[in-house]
Amino acid sequence: MSQKKKLTPAQKNEMFWGWLFVAPTIIGLVVLNFYPIFNTIWQSLCKTGDFGLGNTFVGLKNYSEVLGSGEFWQSLVNTFKYAIIEVPFSVAIALVLAVLLNRKMRGRSVYRTIFFMPMVAAPAAVAMVWRWLYNQQYGLLNHVFGKQAAWISDPNIAWISIGVIGVWSILGYNMVLLIGGLQEIPHDYYEAASIDGATGIRQFFTITVPLLSPTLFFIIQTRIIGALQQFDFIYMVMDKSNPAMDSVQTIVPLFYEYAFTYGNKGYGGAIVILLLIVTLILTVILQKTEKMWVYHG
Amino acid sequence: MEKQEKINAAVIHIVLIAAAFIMVVPFLWMVLTAFKTSTEATSVNPFVILPSSWRFDSFVDVWNNYNFLILYKNTLLMIFFRVLCAVVTASMAGFAFGRLNFPGKKFLFSLVLIQMMVPTQIFIIPQYLMMSNMNMLNTMFALVFPGMVTAFGTMLLKTAFAGLPKDLDEAAAIDGCNCFQRFLLVLAPLTRSAMVSLGIFTAVFAFKDLMWPMMVCPDSNTTTLSAALAKLQGQFATNYPNLMAAALLACLPMLVLYVIFQKQFVEGIATSGGKL
Repeated sequence: MSQKKKLTPAQKNEMFWGWLFVAPTIIGLVVLNFYPIFNTIWQSLCKTGDFGLGNTFVGLKNYSEVLGSGEFWQSLVNTFKYAIIEVPFSVAIALVLAVLLNRKMRGRSVYRTIFFMPMVAAPAAVAMVWRWLYNQQYGLLNHVFGKQAAWISDPNIAWISIGVIGVWSILGYNMVLLIGGLQEIPHDYYEAASIDGATGIRQFFTITVPLLSPTLFFIIQTRIIGALQQFDFIYMVMDKSNPAMDSVQTIVPLFYEYAFTYGNKGYGGAIVILLLIVTLILTVILQKTEKMWVYHG
Repeated sequence: MEKQEKINAAVIHIVLIAAAFIMVVPFLWMVLTAFKTSTEATSVNPFVILPSSWRFDSFVDVWNNYNFLILYKNTLLMIFFRVLCAVVTASMAGFAFGRLNFPGKKFLFSLVLIQMMVPTQIFIIPQYLMMSNMNMLNTMFALVFPGMVTAFGTMLLKTAFAGLPKDLDEAAAIDGCNCFQRFLLVLAPLTRSAMVSLGIFTAVFAFKDLMWPMMVCPDSNTTTLSAALAKLQGQFATNYPNLMAAALLACLPMLVLYVIFQKQFVEGIATSGGKL
């Protein structure tokens, strides 16, 4: 709409209601989200005084400290290690389950209800249960496998154990999204393929995977970004004294430790701004390479 | 052919039952442990699977040590206010973005989209400082605070409002409705399913949130179930039946609601389209 034109009374009326209706949300977003973004950036450029008071501007000092610490890079590596377990496995298992469930069959909704169930459990509770399953002396897992494995305190396997909790928690959610994607694939394609003698496995790779690739790409992208923000399981499962902590600690728990446990908001702010930058870089890479992964007709 | 199909179906069921069993084991083990005595839970030889009798001692113990009634009340109120705020503000904004024309609409909507791209941890230090400076730590207001508006919900409701037929606006205008009446009486009731989705989504993720309640409501009497579990884990370090009883108490209400309203829950959470 050109600004030079005078607004008619009806347009003025619409403008009034439009602004009135978006006002609560926009004011809320500004106070709760946009002011905090700038405030976090500002704090990350300051040395935090005692009790969060008396911030003094120090430029990029927090960043150089964060980037110069082995701890930050280690937790960045750990974050990707977590994502490498959680994302591929939760998506692959979910895909198999979704394909198996995408048919008329008895008990379909019961299966779906069970696979989705971890989504409505509190992650704090989930972490407690898994910690108990992983218990070295009395845990169910070591009993079943007849082992004495230190699932969560051996640095070589603890990161996998944490990743498994993530897979278990999220795969039902991925499955539901994938079933939604599968239902949009026309049934004719499979019939035509069957007539041509293509087996189930062949159909899966030549029809299902390409036609599902937009959904798959979307899920993988959002799951990667979600995995970068993992906090609950690591906070709840890994004690500070845990010898495997260094190989499991990811970015957000590290941020929490500095910003709230130690009260160093500037240092914590720098960590979380770096997380934002990593997230944005990954998003751009994924968007730019989308054509490589996704089948477009 | 017929026989082959039956075999296929049987194999699929076997795979699914095995997978479902693995998914249920952690829940099952939580329940079984909660009813055991400490001795049974930590008995290795013989390994005890079922408790010798179903006793509620652990539930009573955690209930007495942690005021679960207050935790339930806090969690329920936080969910109630967050859902109310989210549904009201998002419907209003969704209506305006989806149905009305006004200057600055594109720019304002881009704020909504930008918010959704930013990791939520960025907001959390200033949000915490606001609460702390306003002396609002350990209050219900602090629990609700970050959820008072929702970018994701605005987006969801915008799509719902934009998808309604154009005729409705004209019909409403002919009947002499003003803008507010058109929103409240004509269009909003038709977006009910999107509102239900948003409500369930908001409720489940408010319930699951751990970091925020842990920060702003550290006291056992003001906090939520999730955050209380974190404290409780420190206190009952090796009393496994107590830990599992507490975890079960925390999860049970949501699990029961889920089993009753599973269709709405699955749809509501899945509409988030990945923004968790």
